[in-house]
Amino acid sequence: MLVAQDTKKRKASVVQSMMRALVAVCLVSLTACMGGESKVEQGNREGVLHYGNGSEPQGLDPHVVTGVPENKIIRTLFEGLAVKNPYTLEPEPGVAESWDISDDGKKIVFHINPKARWSNGDPVTAHDYVWSWRRALDPNMGNQYAYMLYPLLNAEAYATGTLDDAEQLGVKAADDLTLVVTLNAPTPYFIQLMDHYSTFAVHPDTVSKFGGATDRFTPWTRVGNMVSNGPFVLTEWKLNRYIRLEKNPLYWNADNVKLNAVMFYPTENLTSEERMFRAGQLHYTNEVPLEKIPVYQGIDNSPFVQAPYLGTYYYLLNTQKAPVDDVRVRKALSMAVDRETLVNTVLQNAYVPAYSITPPDTLGYFPPKTFGYDPDRARQLLAEAGYPDGKNWPGLELTYNTSENHRKVAVAIQQMWKDVLNIEVSLANQEWKVYLDSVNQMNFQIARRGWIGDYVDANNFLDLFITEGGNNNTGYTDPVYDEIILREAPNATAREQRYALFRQAETMLMEEMPIIPIYTYTSKHLIHPSVKGMPSNLMDSLNIRYVWLDPTETLKAE
Amino acid sequence: MTDITLQAEKGTSLWEDAWRRLKKNRLALFGLGLLTSFVLVALLTPWIAPYAYDAQNLDLGATPPSSAHWLGTDIFGRDLLTQIMYGGRISLAVGFVATAVALLIGVTWGAIAGYVGGRVDAVMMRIVDILYALPFMIFIVLLMVVFGRNLLLLFLAIGAVEWLTMARIMRGQVQTLRKQEFVEAAISLGLGPATIIRRHLVPNALGPIIVYTTLTIPSVMLLEAFLSFLGLGVQPPETSWGLLISYGAETMEEYPWLLLFPGMALTLTLFALNFLGDGLRDALDVRRSAD
Amino acid sequence: MWRFIFGRLLQAVPVIFIVITATFFLVRAAPGGPFDAEKAVIPEVKAALERQYRLDLPLHEQYFAYLGDLVQGDLGPSFKYPGRSINELIESGLPVTAELGAYALLIALIIGGLSGILAALRPNTLQDYIPMSMAMIGICMPTFLLGPLLVLFFGIELDWLPVSGWGDIPGDKIMPSITLGAAYAAYVARLSRAGMLEVLSQDYIRTARAKGLPEWQVVIKHGLRGGMLPVVAFLGPAFAGLLAGSFVVETIFQIPGLGRFYVQAAFNRDYTMILGTTVFLSTLIVLFNLLSDIVAAWLNPRLRAQLSE
Repeated sequence: MLVAQDTKKRKASVVQSMMRALVAVCLVSLTACMGGESKVEQGNREGVLHYGNGSEPQGLDPHVVTGVPENKIIRTLFEGLAVKNPYTLEPEPGVAESWDISDDGKKIVFHINPKARWSNGDPVTAHDYVWSWRRALDPNMGNQYAYMLYPLLNAEAYATGTLDDAEQLGVKAADDLTLVVTLNAPTPYFIQLMDHYSTFAVHPDTVSKFGGATDRFTPWTRVGNMVSNGPFVLTEWKLNRYIRLEKNPLYWNADNVKLNAVMFYPTENLTSEERMFRAGQLHYTNEVPLEKIPVYQGIDNSPFVQAPYLGTYYYLLNTQKAPVDDVRVRKALSMAVDRETLVNTVLQNAYVPAYSITPPDTLGYFPPKTFGYDPDRARQLLAEAGYPDGKNWPGLELTYNTSENHRKVAVAIQQMWKDVLNIEVSLANQEWKVYLDSVNQMNFQIARRGWIGDYVDANNFLDLFITEGGNNNTGYTDPVYDEIILREAPNATAREQRYALFRQAETMLMEEMPIIPIYTYTSKHLIHPSVKGMPSNLMDSLNIRYVWLDPTETLKAE
Repeated sequence: MTDITLQAEKGTSLWEDAWRRLKKNRLALFGLGLLTSFVLVALLTPWIAPYAYDAQNLDLGATPPSSAHWLGTDIFGRDLLTQIMYGGRISLAVGFVATAVALLIGVTWGAIAGYVGGRVDAVMMRIVDILYALPFMIFIVLLMVVFGRNLLLLFLAIGAVEWLTMARIMRGQVQTLRKQEFVEAAISLGLGPATIIRRHLVPNALGPIIVYTTLTIPSVMLLEAFLSFLGLGVQPPETSWGLLISYGAETMEEYPWLLLFPGMALTLTLFALNFLGDGLRDALDVRRSAD
Repeated sequence: MWRFIFGRLLQAVPVIFIVITATFFLVRAAPGGPFDAEKAVIPEVKAALERQYRLDLPLHEQYFAYLGDLVQGDLGPSFKYPGRSINELIESGLPVTAELGAYALLIALIIGGLSGILAALRPNTLQDYIPMSMAMIGICMPTFLLGPLLVLFFGIELDWLPVSGWGDIPGDKIMPSITLGAAYAAYVARLSRAGMLEVLSQDYIRTARAKGLPEWQVVIKHGLRGGMLPVVAFLGPAFAGLLAGSFVVETIFQIPGLGRFYVQAAFNRDYTMILGTTVFLSTLIVLFNLLSDIVAAWLNPRLRAQLSE
């Protein structure tokens, strides 16, 4: 009895206080929200950019991380020897105010800007680069992007542990401000690589202060510890909430940096990100959901921005497994895919149909178009392979990793194959790591794949398919192809000659059809009209130095 | 001997009584009727569906309901009504089979643990704790690797997860009931534990169990969609209500009908189940039958 | 009573140990490793990475090394976030998820419990049908649907509440809490109605009524205690399950909670994170199931004798 009454009283008081708390919370929030200015408006006033960055960065150590969200933040914190002009993608001075390339193309001398400073006031020196590149290539580092420095003399041998002597690497400091780089072979895209974070310098004393030089687990990248040399410095890092960077007053070109701060948000969910943009919480979205594209395209002063992107979406064909071990079957499958219809309907014109691996206009390189949508030819090829009108068809499985887009493409193509070739293809959706395992073990017949270029050069796409290449995954092998990509093209001096060799190789590749190219990627963003100086480009490359905010520009009410 | 005949007599009359009472409950009959018609439609779908389930019309795309497509079409131009009919086959099967598995294991496990008590109870319930704590997704990925893609396996996997809470609820009920007079009377009459559990404990604990069962069915249907995303369940172009709802949720602003109609199918099923469940509970209520 | 609690805590040790061991070997059996990525990793680099994470040791040595660290409270370094420890990541996410879960549970208990009890008092009337229909719609409305619907209406259409964040803008905690609470509220409503109905038809309630006690006293004193039993049995694991359940809400509202770590760890094969969150989850489950058993005993005098046994 006693217990029961006690309970009752307690219950009543608890309920009461809860109710009171709830009412209080509601009132506070309502009054706070009504009439408040949005983050975007506030940001425009204070010069703070609110940037949707896709996901939480794994870390901020340039020699540890991989990935696009990390890239955006690190390139705002640090600066490479040369940076990219966001309008033209041509290199322009960064830490190096100029560079000289020798006539044979194998030697580059970088002249470091004497005004370049670390954020603690130390000057940036050539020695910092020697130290940093050794760190980036050190086999103990486990740097997954170490291969970006492989054009460097002896770099590959050092990174794979066959050469111990770091002195033999092709990077030397002639004096504090002169960095001498020696290459294995002429590498026309080497200057471009200086804008990739794997080639950035880190501050040796800071890294050493918090742990070993090649230690992955040190806290040197935390707020308060990090020393960087770019236009912004790290001031706040709230895990899974935001990262705040503020203008670096010691940056050599600080006068030309217009923003006061940048907030990077880990916007993992596309639809949530779009709603954040609509609610005025973001200036810029990392992506746009496909279904929203027509909606945004329809409005005046549209914030929707789309541009070709240096990446190709394709299907891998396992050339060691029947029935796709037969080149006629591979070609039939590829010719039966109506890419134009696919892109125009299901994909909302968000991509560009592709008929080769290299995206068009990769620094002036246009890939050959060796085939097109041709149902008759496809049926004929399939008949020649022994499956006239789909008779005797042994079945085929298409593997893709879980994602709305991959599903849409697969479902549409499955039906195209059924309609054109009268064959059954089953779909196998796999969880990401299971899918990676299947592809790496060559445990598939057809598998979805995408490749995003690390630098703007056809070589980055064509060297995927050299024999036993780590990302070949098709079993395709051709010694002539290897010869062109590995030896003839690197030694070609003129651009036309080099591109002609690439076209020859790519034609050979598409004749064997170890892959079915489907579309060229595009970058798609919602950008608030107040954001200026953020042009679209093939690399979707952000150069924060150019960005500024114009508070007079507003989004038209929908 | 006498025990068995006695039981049999009692059993028939219990179910006969229950059916008589159920027939008087109009809502329950409505629920039963609705469910029966859903099941019938699901069984007959291959013959009565208006379109082929994988027939696409990419140029048509997503269109709202019209005379040609009563419930509209999806982004591939496929008829939504057809999709829902075929999806119902999978979802109803998953819902009923997985729930039945969960019910069978959960009720038995919980009843034994609750009735026997002591060390047996402790061990059985700690096993339940362990299964709760194991990372479910890794378990699913492994199932897929070991057994491949298999619909039956999907049902079992779901059932194997859903029985845990059922067991806890059953155990709680049995623990209270065990101490009541009628159970002690039955013990003193010399009835065996199995008989007591079956004849006295399970019928008396039916209320919460029936309710939890009806709650489990829709959550199982939605769980199926998640497993399909991980690669264990149905693969396109086959579909289920859970999958249709999650696709529909992505585009609910642009193509609301793609969410609305599959959602209605699921909700209607749940309502029917609840009416039927409540009716069954009342009909099987042994105490009320004494009135 | 104390002996009972102590005994149960003792039982927790083998439970957690078995969970850790099973998880440790299960995750290693799953295809794909933490370093598999879309772009192939050079073998030498992969070897270096495995060395840094002790993955080059034989499996049983890794297992004992892990147990050794665990006993000292060290959950190891994260694979996904180099430079961060699992302890640090859990510490950052836990308060957020705990707070979100507490609000959700509060909403579930108040709304769900009240409507369930009201419904049970007048079964098969409007007072029953209206809250129960709401509950059923709630059950059919998964969080991935309710969340966006709330956002579209209150966040964008009316512009009353922020559409994302946690503790950044005033009011940003309201919608996530309601979204997560709604699913549980529906369960609580259905279960408490069933439990109450069951109890209200029992002999002792009739006796109490026959004795002339006012109805509200009958309901609160006698009805609630038995009637809430199924709810209590459900809530123990449900609250522990919030960790997984809050994942969807955390994703929709961009909340920096533990649920995202828990679910993504499995997708990333972040071995130490899977183990760390699982250790944590199993502790929670043991504790909350114990708590729910204690509450059940406290609600039901018949069970209380058992505790002192």
